[in-house]
Amino acid sequence: MEHKPSIFPARIGILFLLPALFFVAIFLIFPFIWVIIISFTNQTLTGATAANPQFVGLENYARLFDFSRWMRSGEFGASLLITVQFVLGSALIGQAGLGLLIAVLFYRRKGWARRIVTTLAVLAWIIPEVVVAFAWFAYLDRDSGTLNMILSALGLGKPDWLFDYPLLSIIIFNTWRGSAFSMLLFQSALETIPPSYIETADVAGASAWQKFRDILVPLLRGHIATDLILITLWTFNVFTPYLLTGGGPTNRTQLVSIYTYKTAFQFFRFGQGAAIAVVMMFINLTLALIYLSTLRRQRVDA
Amino acid sequence: MIDQRSPILRLLTLLLATVLGLFFALPMLWLITAPFNERATLSVSIPQPPSLANFEVVFNNQFAIRALFVNNLIIGGGVMVLIAIVATLASYALSRTRVPGSDLLVYILILFSSVVSGTAAMVPLFLLAYRLGLIDTHIGVILIMTGGLLPSAIFIMRDFVSSIPRSYEEAALVCGASPLRVFWDVALPLVRPGVVVVAIWAFVNAWGAFLVPLVLLRSPQNMPASIAFYSFYSEAGTPNLTLVSAYAFLYTVPVLLLYLLINWRFGFRFFGGIKR
Repeated sequence: MEHKPSIFPARIGILFLLPALFFVAIFLIFPFIWVIIISFTNQTLTGATAANPQFVGLENYARLFDFSRWMRSGEFGASLLITVQFVLGSALIGQAGLGLLIAVLFYRRKGWARRIVTTLAVLAWIIPEVVVAFAWFAYLDRDSGTLNMILSALGLGKPDWLFDYPLLSIIIFNTWRGSAFSMLLFQSALETIPPSYIETADVAGASAWQKFRDILVPLLRGHIATDLILITLWTFNVFTPYLLTGGGPTNRTQLVSIYTYKTAFQFFRFGQGAAIAVVMMFINLTLALIYLSTLRRQRVDA
Repeated sequence: MIDQRSPILRLLTLLLATVLGLFFALPMLWLITAPFNERATLSVSIPQPPSLANFEVVFNNQFAIRALFVNNLIIGGGVMVLIAIVATLASYALSRTRVPGSDLLVYILILFSSVVSGTAAMVPLFLLAYRLGLIDTHIGVILIMTGGLLPSAIFIMRDFVSSIPRSYEEAALVCGASPLRVFWDVALPLVRPGVVVVAIWAFVNAWGAFLVPLVLLRSPQNMPASIAFYSFYSEAGTPNLTLVSAYAFLYTVPVLLLYLLINWRFGFRFFGGIKR
């Protein structure tokens, strides 16, 4: 790292950092610690345990990992399994795959096709989540939705998407919603590759697939790792599918984020909700640490 | 550059681009056609003739209008101003004073904010707001959203601050200006594009937020547009399509305008970069 002299005296620097430190301490670090404490209590919103929650040890965790029932519909294990499928399908395969496809498809090309596809993907990403959720509700409607209009015109039948294939529906929905991030990340990464690499390969007569496999993928490896871990973290925590399905029908799209919400804010069992939150945060933390170690490995490689 | 590929490959590319375009465009069509249909349905049909009747219903709905034009502006504006100020100060300090390991610090911060996020973080944040008497207040929503968005905002802002040359500030210091004056008169005008981008980014995030207000707010007169919109389609059993279609349009238009503004002024790109 190059050595830059300090423009600011340190005390003013700290003064400038204070507001940010305040927010981080109160709204990030404190909740992280507090939620762990709550998870060992029977805190509720109303009643005797609201003002004076009791320490219950590992009871909340024991209930969460009660293996005699945890794979039943609506229980924690079932939610975790749905979430894993959701993350694999919509983040790792859907968003990263589609983002990479779009970025590579229009690599080194300007023009209207690239502009239109890129803009549409970005719009899907920035429109308020309640609005896109309802737009998809209309899109997937059995009788008058656009998707079934097209499918039945092609003679492919009219499935009731949100009832017959709810998990597949939210996977495709979330792919549609979030691909823009991966696309933008890969597009800006591709711009850093010197054109001469591709030109040399062209002269050598390399096929498109060879260029992709032997030039683009190795050079993008670090960006792909960054992308995969960030979108895994976000998708793991995403709440938007709740707006499309509410977790149903019969808990078939009840992601862990929705399970947490229902436990804490519909049944107001904060102790139990906190225990789920702690498990989620430790899964998140593991992913984040994997990310940090990948970053460091890249820095050593570079 | 001349496209050297074979016609078949170019045709395939065009075909794939069309499929991708349709994949993204089709679900959004309803948002454009339904608001202007006299009788909005769930299907996409070109309005004949276009009608503004749905909008009339929205503008006669006190709850909808207050949510969109009062509460959303308070929450969006509050988050925007706080984020712009706090993120600018912090990223300037991180860039211009020698804080050891500040790069790593920002990365850890942004990861930590991804770890403490979503419904998991809402459990302690709700109880925190409860103890502080911030339940059902806009200020509670603003503070909690600012806390959640701040690490990413600093991440984006740092790129802008690092990209401005230090020579102007150094010259001003040599001439005897105080550090605060250098920040205010020299550095701030230079990073203004960054402040604008971060402010708009924060505004758009707060504008669309659903989970934080859902958990923290109670009374109808405080609800932002996201909750109002959700209630129009979830509460009555069947969605009120008249209200939903036109309200979706009004609620989305500001986001589109801000996107166009960013695109036109700065070129929409990957702000904050993944440069390492």
